[in-house]
Amino acid sequence: MIAHAVFFYLFAFIAIVSAIMVTAARNTVHSVFFLILDFISISCLFIMIGAEFLGMIMLIVYVGAVAVLFLFVVMMLNVAQQKNQWFGSSKSSSHIPLGLIVSLIIFFELLIVVGGWKYKPDILNSSSITISENISNTHSIGNILYTDYIHLFQLSGMILLVAMIGAIVLTFRQRAGLKRQSYVKQISRERKDGVKVVDVPNNKGVKIDV
Amino acid sequence: MFEIGLGHYLSLGAIIFTIGLIGIFLNRKNVIVLLMSIELILLAVNINLVSFSIFINDLSGQIFTLFILTVAAAEAAIGLAIIVVYFRNTGTIRVEEIEKLKG
Repeated sequence: MIAHAVFFYLFAFIAIVSAIMVTAARNTVHSVFFLILDFISISCLFIMIGAEFLGMIMLIVYVGAVAVLFLFVVMMLNVAQQKNQWFGSSKSSSHIPLGLIVSLIIFFELLIVVGGWKYKPDILNSSSITISENISNTHSIGNILYTDYIHLFQLSGMILLVAMIGAIVLTFRQRAGLKRQSYVKQISRERKDGVKVVDVPNNKGVKIDV
Repeated sequence: MFEIGLGHYLSLGAIIFTIGLIGIFLNRKNVIVLLMSIELILLAVNINLVSFSIFINDLSGQIFTLFILTVAAAEAAIGLAIIVVYFRNTGTIRVEEIEKLKG
């Protein structure tokens, strides 16, 4: 129990510090690195409390795909070295105190909700999908994901498809003056398009270039 | 103190949520950091769902987390594509210079 608590505090501390660094780092590449650290420590927490499938999926999806996508965009746009001006900007710093106040109010509201949870009469258990001790976490998730939630599962696949097509359509750019190979044109070329038989008169010659 | 319960995980989720929120409100850099703050907020929501799922002994929370993960990945892809197009058109993605809508 002590070890569990120590590990929880370690991972939570790393997660909070790296979350602060994501928003406060001067260099955008450093922000992405701290985002990766944050995801890894949170997925360690997930594995620790028994949701190991989600921990591994977090590693694969967030660290393997999303964070690398962020890194690609940061490198492509060459914006890494821009100065971080949280409070130095004079033009539009008027909303910063208001933003801080609203954020802190939301934080205390969340803490009050967490505290008030203890004084609830009893935890209502409305669902019948319970966690079984006999089969593994991945097995039980698969058991209900492909039966009870199959339509939502396929719908999330459609969301991913739409996102992929949308990203391709948004960033697709047709450059002018670019010569491409067209198979249809090549294959449908006829003899009469390319070859012309010319009767050459005597002592006159023929003009070749078109 | 050494008994880690639901409240600890919910507090961690609340702290990370608020950090992401502050990152959105106070961002003076570029829009990419803003998208990262949104990812932090979704991460905090995932922490809440998973910890409720474990402590209430109900597997539905982990399924919801899976769907949130899907939507977060789609949102990151679309958002980054929009940022790339905007940068190609205007040459900047600094937050204070994005003022086309006069907001």
